[in-house]
Amino acid sequence: MPYLGSEDVVKELKKALCNPHIQADRLRYRNVIQRVIRHMTQGLDMSCVFMEMVKASATVDIVQKKLVYLYMCTYAPLKPDLALLAINTLCKDCSDPNPMVRGLALRSMCSLRMPGVQEYIQQPILNGLRDKASYVRRVAVLGCAKMHNLHGDSEVDGALVNELYSLLRDQDPIVVVNCLRSLEEILKYEGGVVINKPIAHHLLNRMSKLDQWGQAEVLNYLLRYQPHSEEELFDILNLLDSFLKSSSPGVVTGATKLFLILAKKFPHVQTDVLVRVKGPLLAACSSESRELCFVALCHVRQILHSLPGHFSSHYKKFFCSYWEPHYIKLQKVEVLCELVNDENVQQVLEELQGYCTDVSIDFAQAAIFAIGGIARTYTDQCVQILTELLGLRQEHITTVVLQTFRDLVWLCPQCTEAVCQALLSCEENIQDSEGKQALIWLLGVHGERIPNAPYVLEDFVESVKSETFPAVKMELLTALLRLFLSRPAECQDMLGRLLYYCIEEEKDMAVRDRGLFYYRLLLLGIDEVKQILCSPKSDPSLGLLEDQPERPVNSWASDFNTLVPVYGKAHWATIFKRQGTEQCGPELPRTASFAPSGHLISEENKERVQELPDTEALMLIPNCQLTAEYFEKTWLSLKVAHQQVLPWQGEVHPDTLQMALQVVNIQTIAMSRVGARPWKAYLSAQDATGCLFLTELLLEPKNSEMQISVKQSETRTEILSSFVSVLETVIGTIGNMKS
Amino acid sequence: MISQFFILSSKGDPLIYKDFRGDSGGLDVAELFYRKLTGLSGDESPVVMFQDDRHFIHIRHSGLYLVATTSENVSPFSLLELLSRLATLLGDYCGSLSEGTISRNVALVYELLDEVLDYGYVQTTSTEMLRNFIQTEAVVSKPFSLFDLSSVGLFGAETQQSKVAPSSAASRPVLSSRSDQSQKNEVFLDVVERLSVLIASDGSPLKVDVQGELRLKSFLPSGSEMRIGLTEEFCVGKSELRGYGPGIRVDEVSFHSSVNLDEFESHRILRLQPHQGELTVMRYQLSDDLPSPLPFRLFPSVQWDRGSGRLQVYLKLRCDLPPKSQAVNIRLHLPLPRGVVRWTFPAYQDPPATGLPPQPLCWGWALQASPLNSPGTHAPASRFASLGWLSGPVATPTPTSGYATLATARPMSFGSEAPQTRTWQQRKKASKWEEDNIFFLGVLAYGSGCRQRTPES
Repeated sequence: MPYLGSEDVVKELKKALCNPHIQADRLRYRNVIQRVIRHMTQGLDMSCVFMEMVKASATVDIVQKKLVYLYMCTYAPLKPDLALLAINTLCKDCSDPNPMVRGLALRSMCSLRMPGVQEYIQQPILNGLRDKASYVRRVAVLGCAKMHNLHGDSEVDGALVNELYSLLRDQDPIVVVNCLRSLEEILKYEGGVVINKPIAHHLLNRMSKLDQWGQAEVLNYLLRYQPHSEEELFDILNLLDSFLKSSSPGVVTGATKLFLILAKKFPHVQTDVLVRVKGPLLAACSSESRELCFVALCHVRQILHSLPGHFSSHYKKFFCSYWEPHYIKLQKVEVLCELVNDENVQQVLEELQGYCTDVSIDFAQAAIFAIGGIARTYTDQCVQILTELLGLRQEHITTVVLQTFRDLVWLCPQCTEAVCQALLSCEENIQDSEGKQALIWLLGVHGERIPNAPYVLEDFVESVKSETFPAVKMELLTALLRLFLSRPAECQDMLGRLLYYCIEEEKDMAVRDRGLFYYRLLLLGIDEVKQILCSPKSDPSLGLLEDQPERPVNSWASDFNTLVPVYGKAHWATIFKRQGTEQCGPELPRTASFAPSGHLISEENKERVQELPDTEALMLIPNCQLTAEYFEKTWLSLKVAHQQVLPWQGEVHPDTLQMALQVVNIQTIAMSRVGARPWKAYLSAQDATGCLFLTELLLEPKNSEMQISVKQSETRTEILSSFVSVLETVIGTIGNMKS
Repeated sequence: MISQFFILSSKGDPLIYKDFRGDSGGLDVAELFYRKLTGLSGDESPVVMFQDDRHFIHIRHSGLYLVATTSENVSPFSLLELLSRLATLLGDYCGSLSEGTISRNVALVYELLDEVLDYGYVQTTSTEMLRNFIQTEAVVSKPFSLFDLSSVGLFGAETQQSKVAPSSAASRPVLSSRSDQSQKNEVFLDVVERLSVLIASDGSPLKVDVQGELRLKSFLPSGSEMRIGLTEEFCVGKSELRGYGPGIRVDEVSFHSSVNLDEFESHRILRLQPHQGELTVMRYQLSDDLPSPLPFRLFPSVQWDRGSGRLQVYLKLRCDLPPKSQAVNIRLHLPLPRGVVRWTFPAYQDPPATGLPPQPLCWGWALQASPLNSPGTHAPASRFASLGWLSGPVATPTPTSGYATLATARPMSFGSEAPQTRTWQQRKKASKWEEDNIFFLGVLAYGSGCRQRTPES
């Protein structure tokens, strides 16, 4: 970023650099060069003094040399012809008796990053690889990678690679680690450095000689080694055991990941390791560095997804302190929400209750939502707390509490009574759209239990003209019509007024259409309206879908100790998509865990699912088992009865989908692996009359849509449409959950 | 693997910028980072951010941003650890880490980075190995410090402070030996404790959490063995009982990996051979019942006059530190209830402060002086170095919002900085380190931060 006056500065520095008096005085000369570097850091273009700086490189003062080389590495791509002038000095330095000078010159020469430099650096690098000073060898080994990347093509120098493989046996531990890094870069397109049995064992034996950075990195390379026998595997685990106790969090998590991956067939070993790593992770969670603390919390959440009770006894560690930054507090609230159990629920709720009145509105609302999450298991206590919060009459609190209530009533019908009690007179405190919608919905659906519901809605109808959110108006229409069905006398008049307003005066088309629709519906008679509007008022089975099932450890083991848990899986997926093919290979999720179907829902829930009539006519029978052969035969013999396309973003989680379908008694016959393109699934269902529904799901990632084709054994359109709507709901829910 | 590393000042100016792999693509990466950071929405975390095909991972240290960028899915633990280590290293070599020291020592920092990272890969971070390669000497400026003055007592009398080194004594570079022949063989051992206390309306502590650590800064020649003796009554865990009295108890304790614990069980002695520079020797945690009283006690009283809508908050803060210690930089924040239209602060300020509610609905007051001559002192300084009592703002809630606004009053917080006493020992430079240096120390309550919940009315 050039700014005014920069030209003067450059001119003045140039003059100073040429001044023989300054050149004679070592300290003054060095000072001028330092000023050049400082301006360079600030973003000034200092490339004009390149010539003078090249001259300054011919010196015995090693500090000055370092500064000049730093300058040259930055501007060499801009002035390649001038930089070639410096090569001579650099080459001379490469054979200096002082290893420090040799290393410095070689490192700088390899970092010049300009075309045509390869021919000059090849020989010094080869000499450097056989240098007797380990410092020079370290530099030379990485220089190989730099040289290879400068070439810009994927041609691999076989002799060099062999030399690097043999240098893995070097005395100096840093040379060994640098060799791995260098080979990894050179062989990037061939899958990276190969870790075979001798190399793996050699590395394992050298582990204790490495420093913490080397250990963490070698542990990462060892991930790709597959032990040949069980015995060897446990030998490796025993050898690495001490690294689980390391004082460096990077090494501990690196070792944990290696354990989790190597022991993927031994769940008890995995659980054991996660118990061992509890201490270090908790220490990182309360570490002084808030960034480390945040990353550790993200990993704790990851572990909690598989082992819900894992950190329950340490719940106090996740209480927020007032000085912590916002992002840590939010993570801690999430963790608290996930580790709650019978013993600590009282304390956790008390703590969360304290957060609900926090200064930060975001944090307060997050705490209220967290209480709402816990309420699915511990309903009574939570509803009581939420009711108390309503008493504060604070707008930002009331609106979130109402939204929580709405979701809660839908999932846990047993708390409806308490919620209706709490709802009395809280309407005057809400201004935002979401909160209003939640309140209106609650009043509409459960209006018959709230004595003053019509009067509250009447206030909304009165002020509908000044209402700014169309969504609120739509909600109001539906709610009032619903309430009209249960309490016609009190609502008839205002329903008329509202319909009149919506049809005659409303400018928003969607609201107007909705008004017209309801008006015409009412013309058909009250029975028709009832049939259409009286849908179930709650759906506990949805809770199953929303609560993520316990994920097996193997499903995230490969993401452990990476950036994935830090970003969150969903966010990572968008980044990954944007990065495109750049990160192929090992980054791809390689999990192909297929939980066997069945036993995912308890018997009790299955019954409840049946009690709830999804639609009047359709009744799918549970446990309809078809063999794959029979499915295939039937599929081929039938014609497609219905075809439809639904929007869909990102990957499919087969487990979730399979379970969700199971809830509505649709069985999965076959599914593609995660990440397969195109992704396919075959489903079957049978209704009470024996009519078979065969379905194919086809996901084309590039169109981001899911194509559904349904075949039917008997042609009955009305139950076909209800079957399709069931399917649509399930897929829509799963899709929304992910996004 | 790091692509770029840079240090930004708190205002976003680049102080240091190094491109290790030349893949910045001509972008001003540092500016990109700062723009992204300042434009984050409330629920996004700034620690790891993604922009333009690169991940930005940063730590904040002493008001500076130390940022690394990478395009690979690296281990966040290792990278954050590396950034912290770099911060410590820079602090060791430059004396202390701040915007001033970094910009004075640009050449040294670049030299250090050059040796620590090559092509974005860590080479070594050990102070010992690095000192062979670092040629630049740190530029240290001696800033004017009030602590230097405070060591001079009234009429030249010896004060408590003159017996201990000034707090800035430890903030000097480890590598000054070349120029400064009179280099002292010094060791500084700090006990840093962080208290988090939740106090009920009657003044009794509801929740107490102490996190402490022993920080060692050594200027001794490397390889010299050091023995740190803790008091023998030091107990770990709830059940252990040592000594006769209540002793000193912590719940959990962890040590740096270089600490030899052979004599810890029997004599509570930590043996270590510290490298030069800073090192956290021991961390400990303590929660719930404290063996000793809190350094501060708070006596709140809230009066609510329904008729006039006036709320009077009296806060009495009492400091129970022993007389030889002092609390500095005490800050007190009192979040005001919503709906406050006016507040006055009559006590001991001339003229009484008054005003409209400040924007974040929070009222803060910093006591800038040591307790003995604090402007807030009510009574003559007692043996307890009492802070006196200060009376909080008189807030007037709007009559319409009524009673319920009170219940949303948020926790009040106050914090103070550590009394800057350091335990240090000086020895003549010996060719062979024969004598054992044993420092006896009790765990003393040191920095503190408390928060208090205003009573539910």
